[in-house]
Amino acid sequence: MNVLWLQSGGCGGCTLSWIGSEIGPLVRTLADENIRLLWHPSLSQATGDEAVAIWDDCAQGRVPLDVLCLEGAVLRGPNGTGRFHVVAGTDTSMMEWVRRLAPRARHVVAVGTCATYGGVTSAGANVTDACGLQYDGTVPGGLLGVDFRSGSGLPVINIAGCPTHPDWITETLIALAREQLTAGDLDERGRPRFYADHLVHHGCRRNEYYEYKASAEQPGDQGCMMEHMGCKGTQAHADCNLRPWNGGGSCLTGGYPCIRCTEPGFEEPGHPFATTPKLAGIPVGLPSDMPKAWFVALAALAKSATPARVRENARADHPVRFYGKRRDPSKS
Amino acid sequence: MTRRVVGPFNRVEGDLEISLDVSDGYVTAAYVNAPMYRGFEQMLLDKVPADALVLVPRICGICSVAQSAAAARALASACGAEPPPNGRLAANLTQAAENAADHLTHFYLFFMPDFANAAYRDRPWYEAIANRFRAIHGTAAAEVLAGRAAFMRVMGLLAGKWPHTLSLQPGGSSRPLQASEKIRLFRTLREFREFLERVVYGDTLENIASLATCDELAAWAEAHADRADFARFVRIAADLRLHELGRNQTVMMSAGAYQQEAGMLFARGVWSGQEEPLDPATIKEDIRFSHYGGDARARSPEEGETLPQMGKEGAYSWCKAPRLGGRVAETGALARQVIARHPLARDLVSRDGGNVTARVVARLLELARLVPAMESWTQQLRPGEPYHIPPPPMPDSADTFGLIEAARGTLGHWMSIRRGRLRNYQIIAPTTWNFSPRDANGTPGAVEQALVGTPAHDTEGGIAPAVYHVVRSFDPCMVCTVH
Repeated sequence: MNVLWLQSGGCGGCTLSWIGSEIGPLVRTLADENIRLLWHPSLSQATGDEAVAIWDDCAQGRVPLDVLCLEGAVLRGPNGTGRFHVVAGTDTSMMEWVRRLAPRARHVVAVGTCATYGGVTSAGANVTDACGLQYDGTVPGGLLGVDFRSGSGLPVINIAGCPTHPDWITETLIALAREQLTAGDLDERGRPRFYADHLVHHGCRRNEYYEYKASAEQPGDQGCMMEHMGCKGTQAHADCNLRPWNGGGSCLTGGYPCIRCTEPGFEEPGHPFATTPKLAGIPVGLPSDMPKAWFVALAALAKSATPARVRENARADHPVRFYGKRRDPSKS
Repeated sequence: MTRRVVGPFNRVEGDLEISLDVSDGYVTAAYVNAPMYRGFEQMLLDKVPADALVLVPRICGICSVAQSAAAARALASACGAEPPPNGRLAANLTQAAENAADHLTHFYLFFMPDFANAAYRDRPWYEAIANRFRAIHGTAAAEVLAGRAAFMRVMGLLAGKWPHTLSLQPGGSSRPLQASEKIRLFRTLREFREFLERVVYGDTLENIASLATCDELAAWAEAHADRADFARFVRIAADLRLHELGRNQTVMMSAGAYQQEAGMLFARGVWSGQEEPLDPATIKEDIRFSHYGGDARARSPEEGETLPQMGKEGAYSWCKAPRLGGRVAETGALARQVIARHPLARDLVSRDGGNVTARVVARLLELARLVPAMESWTQQLRPGEPYHIPPPPMPDSADTFGLIEAARGTLGHWMSIRRGRLRNYQIIAPTTWNFSPRDANGTPGAVEQALVGTPAHDTEGGIAPAVYHVVRSFDPCMVCTVH
């Protein structure tokens, strides 16, 4: 399976995340699954004219393009010219290159939240007029339009995440190489369901604190970060705590909140990222699939039932109270 | 004279285009173009200061921790936060992990594959080296990606994940490591040391760090030929005379790195053939040849503007032109090791100034120095004691900056806070220094100068690999540059 990987308005972090793959050295995994990188900006030998020749071969149909990956947002500005990113050595905008290549591709894959929905590149006043391949924030459309379908009949496959987990990319490409990814395997935002059917909350190691609404107040505290520190793990589609990062981490184990980076529009939450917006002391962003009144009632009940151990540990940066009877170490 | 445009330049971070004026086969002038604009300095305006910690790491996928650290430093200085010892150690470890991984990535994935260029097929070493370092398919790629991924578990432990952590805070680290995690961290570092000593150096890290002269390095490389990739590079570099390539007589600059109990591991300063202090107040950015409008005078970043303007007469890059007291400066591992007074780094630049060999050697020298320091910092962690101290409240108004060392050199964030919001935010990244365009005086940037005199063509009329060696020896990060 031939893969051409382009980068535009983004940080390159999805690639850097990807090469940290732990299911095997990336290059070996790809070779073993018959996935051939025609060109990748960080990994390939070919540079300059040789690289442009490869893109041209794909655009002209001389080389079959099985997968076009774009990492980074499409920069449509200034004034719709796309010239906020003119691809080196070609005097042609990346926007134009993507328009040439996407119709030739059997599959089109947007890697990361910039390429899927615009992401951080579209934050603030979005001066570069950044958008995703098939979304502009939460609005379907983007560069290629709502009706775009690649050669396979699929819409753009949106591997959202800022950055993406290495396995999300690898497993998507392997599924495509095996012809095992169907429209039914994508969720309503075009994301592969194998990771987007989960919530970041699933497998969170702070679960006991969540159950009792025993909350962290400062970075480093062990408690749940939903009440005060802006955590949106209960509302974010991803398996970050079921499929750990870098050998066992995640944002939540790292002591900082989930910012919902797999969702369109996460870059402009309408409040400071690490502070939970509240109305009358109650967090505004609660899980949407349970009645708010029940959530509040359960939270009040849980708070009154919180064991002192959980309450005190929530506001400490290491366990200070323990379950069960303990021998006093000073009396050994 | 002919004009050659080189790009897209892969195996660098981000997109890069270089125009070369060529006479009699040699580069007579170079123009470096960062061909993308992303707008972070505009995006950050009117946000609460703490939001910078979420947004700025996303400037760069390869040095996101460095971006975090610069913002955290600026915020800490604005509110008077003082991280506890564990917080300082955790920050050192996280930054060192990123810098070490970046040096390894640069050597194996970005730089060495150029020796598999067919232009070298007549060299006696070609077959073995191409087989080892060819991009993707060389034997080194899988071996090094595995070693690198194992090492990045340091980030899983210290920072939750990499890239784009939010663990570096003005008050310290949000990730308090407990006793068993400290052991796990130490074991991860020791496994990385084993990998480096076996695959990269074929020798102990301490022996590498104690190489003091170019002659000692050459003798070491002969003795370790075919045992380690570093020795392979040193021998190729001698064969191709890479010390004569990419020469640069500009000053070197380092903000100093890794605050320890007493002083910094790598000192702060400027090297101009002699030691000078670094005065951040002399940093100004010029936009004469950059796609920006507004005040044409060079401005201090405290009052810097970012007003994109396409079609400006003469402009050729989205990179601004920073100058240190009016001077072009080179920054990076070589500058850091020279200013840190490492004898080998000093010897490498004493004859030829900054050059391709010196830059690559300095990165691997620094890697060999960093890992033992990381082991030591890990042992100093005191589980149970705080990693984070709640900082004093952020003042409503402040002008502040954070200056740190990223893998590629000096990184500065300057922020103005008014009424609790960011009124101005200016970033000068390492590659902004190295890949600067000309300034109002017409003085070319560091890489533009280093490319002059480079052979431009190979025997078949393509771009000579020498051009790639010079450019990649600086390890450009264009995504940082075009923030």
